[in-house]
Amino acid sequence: MSGHYNLKALIKAIRSCKTLADERSVIQKESAAIRTSFKEEDSFARHNNIAKLLYIHMLGYPAHFGQIECLKLVASPRFADKRLGYLGIMLLLDENQEVLTLVTNSLKNDMNHSNMYAVGLALCTFANISSEEMSRDLANEIEKLLGSSNTYIRKKAALCALRVIRRVPDLMDHFTNKAKALLQDRNHGVLLTGITLVTEMCELDDKICDEFRKATGLLVKHLKNLVTTGYSAEHDVLGITDPFLQTKILRLLRLLGRGDATASETMNDILAQVATNTDSTKNVGNSILYETVLTVLEIEADDGLRVMAINILGKFLTNRDNNIRYVALNTLNKVVAMDTNAVQRHRNTILDCLRDGDISIRRRALELSYALVNEGNVRVMTRELLSFLEVADNEFKLGMTTQICLGAERFAPNKRWQIDTVLRVLKLAGNYVREEVLSSFIRLICHTPELQFYTTQRLYAALSSDLSQDSLTLASVWLIGEFGDVLLQGGTIDDGEEVKQVTDSDLIDLLELVLNSPYINTLIRQFVLTAISKLSVRFAELSTPNQSTQQDRIAEILASFSSNLELEIQQRAVEFGSLFGKNEIKMGVLERMPPPEIRATIMGTVSERRSVGSTRTDKDTVVDLIGDDSAPNTASLNGGSSGPSTQDLLADIFGTGGNDLTSPSTSAPSAGPARSAAADIMSLFDSSPAPAANPPPAPSASSGSNSLFDLVTPSSSSSAAPPPAPAPAAAPPKTQLQSYTAYEKNSLKITLTPKTSPSQPGVVQILARFTVSGGEKVEHVNFQVAVPKTQQLQMQAMSNTDVSPGSVETQQMRVIAPAGAAVRLRMRITYSKGGQNVTDQQDFAGFPADLTGAK
Amino acid sequence: MIKFILVQNRQGKTRLSKWYHPYDDDEKVRLRGEVHRLIAPRDQKYQSNFVEFRNDKIVYRRYAGLFFCVCVDSNDNELAYLEAIHLFVEVLDAFFQNVCELDLVFSFYKVYAILDEVFLAGEIEETSKQVVLDRLDYLEKLE
Repeated sequence: MSGHYNLKALIKAIRSCKTLADERSVIQKESAAIRTSFKEEDSFARHNNIAKLLYIHMLGYPAHFGQIECLKLVASPRFADKRLGYLGIMLLLDENQEVLTLVTNSLKNDMNHSNMYAVGLALCTFANISSEEMSRDLANEIEKLLGSSNTYIRKKAALCALRVIRRVPDLMDHFTNKAKALLQDRNHGVLLTGITLVTEMCELDDKICDEFRKATGLLVKHLKNLVTTGYSAEHDVLGITDPFLQTKILRLLRLLGRGDATASETMNDILAQVATNTDSTKNVGNSILYETVLTVLEIEADDGLRVMAINILGKFLTNRDNNIRYVALNTLNKVVAMDTNAVQRHRNTILDCLRDGDISIRRRALELSYALVNEGNVRVMTRELLSFLEVADNEFKLGMTTQICLGAERFAPNKRWQIDTVLRVLKLAGNYVREEVLSSFIRLICHTPELQFYTTQRLYAALSSDLSQDSLTLASVWLIGEFGDVLLQGGTIDDGEEVKQVTDSDLIDLLELVLNSPYINTLIRQFVLTAISKLSVRFAELSTPNQSTQQDRIAEILASFSSNLELEIQQRAVEFGSLFGKNEIKMGVLERMPPPEIRATIMGTVSERRSVGSTRTDKDTVVDLIGDDSAPNTASLNGGSSGPSTQDLLADIFGTGGNDLTSPSTSAPSAGPARSAAADIMSLFDSSPAPAANPPPAPSASSGSNSLFDLVTPSSSSSAAPPPAPAPAAAPPKTQLQSYTAYEKNSLKITLTPKTSPSQPGVVQILARFTVSGGEKVEHVNFQVAVPKTQQLQMQAMSNTDVSPGSVETQQMRVIAPAGAAVRLRMRITYSKGGQNVTDQQDFAGFPADLTGAK
Repeated sequence: MIKFILVQNRQGKTRLSKWYHPYDDDEKVRLRGEVHRLIAPRDQKYQSNFVEFRNDKIVYRRYAGLFFCVCVDSNDNELAYLEAIHLFVEVLDAFFQNVCELDLVFSFYKVYAILDEVFLAGEIEETSKQVVLDRLDYLEKLE
C-alpha cells in the first residue's frame, strides 16, 4: 500500500472528498502509509511524508507519531529538510512534552551553524516552544548570539532572550548588558525586539526598571527621530514611520515614567509632540495616539498634557470608526476613577454612544455614564438614562434600574424627584428590578408622609393601566395595602392635575384584577393577600360607605385561597381569615407599620465593573447620617428589648418571610397593658358628658403593638433608675426641647416634652415625665390620654407606675395629626397617695400651634 | 503578547493556527470552535474588531472570506495589533502575488515560514515588509 505521490496530490485528494467520512478514510489510509514508510527509514521519502503529515495535523487529525521523524529531519544536512523538521517540531511539540529534551542538542548545534539561516531556524524554534529546562540549557548560546554582527540573528536572539526570562526570570541578569546595547541599535527590527525585551524585564523587576530609567533620554531621541524624519520607504505605513516601533517605545516610556518625576519630565515634550503631530485620520495614527494617551495618563505628566490626553479620547469618541470609539470608552472607563471632571466634559458624546450600533460600545458607554452621575447633573443624566432604558437591550436593564435608582438615592435634589424617578423605572422596566431597590423605595415612601398620597395615587394609576411589570405590581400592591386609607381620604397633587377620587371598591377591584391577571406569581399573591387584609382595617378605620360589602368581598377572596396548593398562600389565607373575625386584635396587628430604618442601599455587584463614583463614598455617608432621622437610634436601643429587629420589619414589608403575624405577635406583651388602658379611656368617655363629637375609639386602642417605640419595658420593672431619655430625644435636635407642665397637684407633677422630626411632619412624639415633690411616694399611677377624632394616638406603658421622690418616671406617646392642626389632649390621671385614691381629669392644649408643621 | 493566531474561513475551517501559549490538543480544538462562533456572526459595519474573550481579547480582521484573529493580553494596544494583522496580510499578498485562500491551503508550510518572520514568541519581530520579503526570497533559493 502506498500513499499519494506528494503533498499536492494529497491535498487535492482530500479536497475532492464529498463527505467527512470520505475525508476521514482518505486520511486514515494516508496515515497508515506514512507510518509504514517511516519504518523504512528512507531519508528522501521522509521529507515528503512529514509534509503530508503536517497537513493532516492541520486538519485536526492525530499526527504525533511523526515527532521523532521530525527530529531526524532536523539532523539532516539539507537545509530544506532542516526547515521542514523545525516546522514540524513547532507544530507537533510544545513546551510540556518530554520529547522536547531531545531537540535541545540539535538546537545547540544549529545555533553554532555556519549558515545564518540555520541559526535563524534554531532561534525561531527556540523562541516559540522553549521550555524552562531548555531555557536554562541554552541561555548562554542566546546571550552569545545577542552580540552577533548579523541583524537577522540579533533580533531573533532578542526574542529568544524574552522567552528565556519569561520562563526563568532568574536568568535576567545574563541579558541586561546586552539588552542595553540593543537599545542603541540602528536597525529597526533589532531595536523593536530589544525594546520588547527591555519592556518585559522592567515589568518583571522594579530594580532593573530603575537601571533602564537612565535610557529614557535615548528612547526619547529614538522617538523624536521617528516623528521628525520624513518619509522612509522601508518602514512607512500610510505616511507614518514605523508605527509599531513608536508604540513599543511609548509603552516602555510608560513603565519608566511611572512614579518617577524626573523621567516623566524628560518625556513630557516628546509626548506632547507626538500627541499634536500624529495624523489622526487613519487607524495607524490612532494606534500611536492611543498609546500616547495611555502613557500620559500613567506617568507623572503635567496637567496640560493630561487634559490633552483626555481631549484626544474625546475626539476618539466622535470618530466614525467603531474601533476607535471602543478603545476610547475603554480607556475613559479606566480614567474616570482618577479624574472624573476631565471626563465630565465629554458627557454628551458619551451619552450619544448609548445609541451606538455596536453592543459592546453601548455597554461601555453605559458603564461610563453610571460613573459620571453626580449631584450637579443627576437630573440630566437620569433623564438620558431613563430614555435609554426604554430602548435598552434586556441584558442591560437589571444593571440600569439598579444604577438609576442608586444614583437617584444618592444625588436626588428632592424626594418628589426621587420618587418620580423610581416610579418611572418601575413602569419602564418593572421586570428587571432588584429586590434591594424595591425595598429602599418602600422605605423612602414610609419616611415621606407628605408624598404618600401622591405616590400611592400614581402607583394605583400605573398598576391600573399595566399589570405586566412585576416590581411595579409588588410596590403598588404593598403601598395600596399600607396606605389605602391615605389614598381613600384623597388629597391634592400640587401640579394642578385633576385627581380622580378612588373608592374602596376600586381598590378591591384592582387587587382582584391583579389576582386574575396572567402575570400573577406566588409572590404577588402573597402581597395581595396581605394587602387586602390591611385594607379591611383601613376601611374600618375610615368607615367608608360601602364598607360592609367590601369587607365581605375581602373575606371571600381570603376564603378562596384557604385551600390553595401553595402552602405559603394557604397559610396566609387561613391566618388572615381567622384574624378577620377577631376585630379587636385585627386592628392592632394590621395597623400601619412603623417606618423601617433608612439606610443606604448597598449592593455587592451593582455595576458590571465597579461601584459608581467611588471617590464620593465619604460624602455619602455624611448625607446618610443627616438624612436619617431618629430611626436607627431607636432600632439599636430596641435591639436588646423584646421588639422585633429591623430585619423582621423589613421582612415584614416584603411579606416574603411569610410570617406577617409573627412580628406583631412578638410585641404582644406590650399590647396587653396598653389595650387595657385604652379600654379605660372608653369608660372615661362613657361616663363623662360626651364631647362635641364621639371620641375616637380605635386609634389608641392598638397602640401598644407598635413595638418600634417600645423603648420602655412594659413589664414595669421596679428598679429605681428609669431608662434614660428615649432615643428620639437623644437624636440631636436643632433647638432645645421645650417641656410643658401638664399637671401639678398633690405633689405629683407631669411634664410633656413634644418632639417632631422634619421627615415626618404631623407626627409628634411626646414624652411624659412623672416626678413627685415632697417626701411621699405616689403609687399606682395610671395616665390616660385621648385626642380629637382627626388625630391618632399611640401610647407606651409607663416605666414604673410607682413614682418615688427624687426619681423620674416616663411614658412615651405618639400623636399623628394632620399638618397644621393643634395637638390637644384630654388626660385622666389616677393614682394613690398615702393610701388615698385620687382621680383627675384635665385638658391640655399648651403646645405651640406650629408643632405639627405648617400646611 | 499574543497568545495565539488563527486564520479561519467563514465555514470555520482553520487555515493557519499558531500557538504561543502551551494549550493542550483538546483545548486547541475548543478554542478554534469558540473563536469561530464568536467572530463569524459579527457585523462588519456596526461592530468593532475587538471581542473580549475569556480574560484576553481577540483582535480580528476580515479579508474576503478569511478571518485573521489574534488573541492578545487585555491591556495590549488593540489598534496596533490591527495594524500588525494588516502588515502580515500585506506580506502574504506580496509573496503569493494576490493571495487567495487556496494559496494558504497548498503552501501552508510557506505561510508558517512567513508568519515566523513577522511574529516570534508572541511579539512582532519585523515591521518592514521589504526586509521580510527579501529574507523569504533567500530562504526559497536555499531549498
